[in-house]
Amino acid sequence: MLTRRTAMMGAALAALVLAAPALAQELNLPRQKVELVAPPFVHPHEQATKQGPKIVEFRMEIEEKEVVIDERGTRFHAMTFNGSMPGPLMVVHQGDYVELTLVNPETNTMPHNIDFHSATGALGGGALTLINPGEQVVLRWKADRTGTFVYHCAPEGSMIPWHVVSGMHGAVMVLPREGLKDGAGKALRYDRIYYIGEHDLYVPRDEKGKFKTYETLAESYADTMETMRKLIPSHVVFNGGVGALTGKNAMTANVGETVMIVHSQANRDSRPHLIGGHGDHVWETGKFANRPEVDLETWFIRGGSAGAALYTFKQPGIYAYVNHNLIEAIELGAAAHFKVDGKWNDDLMKQVKPPEAIPPKVQGALQPKVKPN
Amino acid sequence: MLFASNLKIALIAAAGFAPFAMTTAMPGGNRDIAAFKDQPALIELAPGSVRYRVAGDFTRGGRPAEAPLATIRITQPLTIMKHQVSSADYQRCVTEKACRTLPPDTAVAADRPAIMVSWRDADAYAAWLSRKTGETYRLPTDEEWAYAAGSRHRDDGLPVDGNDPSKGWLARYQRESDLKNAEIDSKPRPFGAFGANENGLLDLAGNVWEWTNTCFVRTALDESGNALKSTANCGVRVVEGQHRAYVTDFIRDARAGGCAAGIPPSNLGFRLVREPKLFMRWFGL
Repeated sequence: MLTRRTAMMGAALAALVLAAPALAQELNLPRQKVELVAPPFVHPHEQATKQGPKIVEFRMEIEEKEVVIDERGTRFHAMTFNGSMPGPLMVVHQGDYVELTLVNPETNTMPHNIDFHSATGALGGGALTLINPGEQVVLRWKADRTGTFVYHCAPEGSMIPWHVVSGMHGAVMVLPREGLKDGAGKALRYDRIYYIGEHDLYVPRDEKGKFKTYETLAESYADTMETMRKLIPSHVVFNGGVGALTGKNAMTANVGETVMIVHSQANRDSRPHLIGGHGDHVWETGKFANRPEVDLETWFIRGGSAGAALYTFKQPGIYAYVNHNLIEAIELGAAAHFKVDGKWNDDLMKQVKPPEAIPPKVQGALQPKVKPN
Repeated sequence: MLFASNLKIALIAAAGFAPFAMTTAMPGGNRDIAAFKDQPALIELAPGSVRYRVAGDFTRGGRPAEAPLATIRITQPLTIMKHQVSSADYQRCVTEKACRTLPPDTAVAADRPAIMVSWRDADAYAAWLSRKTGETYRLPTDEEWAYAAGSRHRDDGLPVDGNDPSKGWLARYQRESDLKNAEIDSKPRPFGAFGANENGLLDLAGNVWEWTNTCFVRTALDESGNALKSTANCGVRVVEGQHRAYVTDFIRDARAGGCAAGIPPSNLGFRLVREPKLFMRWFGL
């Protein structure tokens, strides 16, 4: 007998069946396995795609390890996605599914998980991915909106900020299928892409002011927490350490090339600035459905977000890319370098006269009077 | 003792004078030892000459130009410390309130260089040591440093492209990046860890740069290379090491104090020269 209730359920079931194609498993979508690469580099990807949606498979191994974070040799117990600070940038297109295998090897000591700001539900996936050392988990989420987004570890309570400021954040970039556009709908492309993850670090000091070191990650917790709660970082770094993107590891480009810079900060505000350059097109909040701002001098990365900036280099030389809180850049470490090759353009800038002694003032010369109109 | 074919070098500290590093282990020793241990290990270099890239900035005919390469003659024997001033030595000057204290997180050891010292700190130490010993100690000039450093001194000349300043910036950045050994962190190492040069001086161009007395000078040359005029800024001094750098005299840590887009010195330390006694200078000895 068909009651009204069962009829309704039947309708619901029918609706479910109709909705089934929305489930990736039933769709038989093509799968693509992507090998992640350590920042500032980004795995190869299409900018615009003619392919239909697919399931993009990533694998990340969580690695707890001691790293050196400055030239003084300060040792720091880091927690990392895939061994790097920040974790790698994952690039997909809108409508794709991200299928992540997250591995927490037995060599680790902590439970970990992942919260994708780009994903919907379950605390960004955090509620479905908590794994102990020796476990792994597979999470799939649909990239239903475009933009650059932070992902980070978010186990529970005080573990959340601690894991994040210990290195556990990275970013996802969901590109529009047709590629990036400026405000007038004109296609934008980049020749190179760099991903810069910024971390504020809180290394405790002893009574003499010397940075403390700890035998184990767990032993560093109490002091680190106390330092964190004062909200004054000991280091603010790009790519996991002071000077990590300078010297031999400086980023490179050529005059005429358009560079995409994705910048993420999972915990604290930042204000990227390219000294001697600009942001031609900047998605300050990182979300590509909003029209990019143009011609920026400095842009703002809200703590807990990732932004994207495009710049076409016009002049060769060494550029510093900094957090334009210059104390954080120069004193605490948030500075990177670009080496840009190409031909100097005198029209854009010329040293008309090199530095020289100030010529003596002409004695007795009268100030020319300005004639009134 | 002959270390190099063209230089007669005497190891003053070798026989009668124990290196300071050893005698610091005897605090409160008697007066003789105290006076005697104030003498650091010194090396005397015979007079000679050195090809030297002049420090500072140059213009030629009103355009930026490469610094000239000159032959510098050292006419008197040059007596210079075998190793950099140790942090323990520097600390003694601090204890006697003649030098500024080191930052709290600086390790004090008899066999490791004093770092985190500014030019002013080094100058104060030289004055203190001179008072202590009755000798005249001072920082070397950049020319003297180059002479003593010998093969450890690097010509930092770079061709200047008057039409494209970026060429020089990129070349310098590349050179300094290549010199920087990523394997070596900036932690001070025991004396000798970076080896001796042909003159027997230890640790030149290691991970501690050394202050010199040479001021930052900008010189205008005419088209044929004659100096027209120069402006000196003695608030900025030349430091020497893996590469030459110009550092403001009150800076103790150049790692963060350099320009926005260069490779700064890893540490700032120093070694001193001892001037000949006045009467010896009169006799040209």
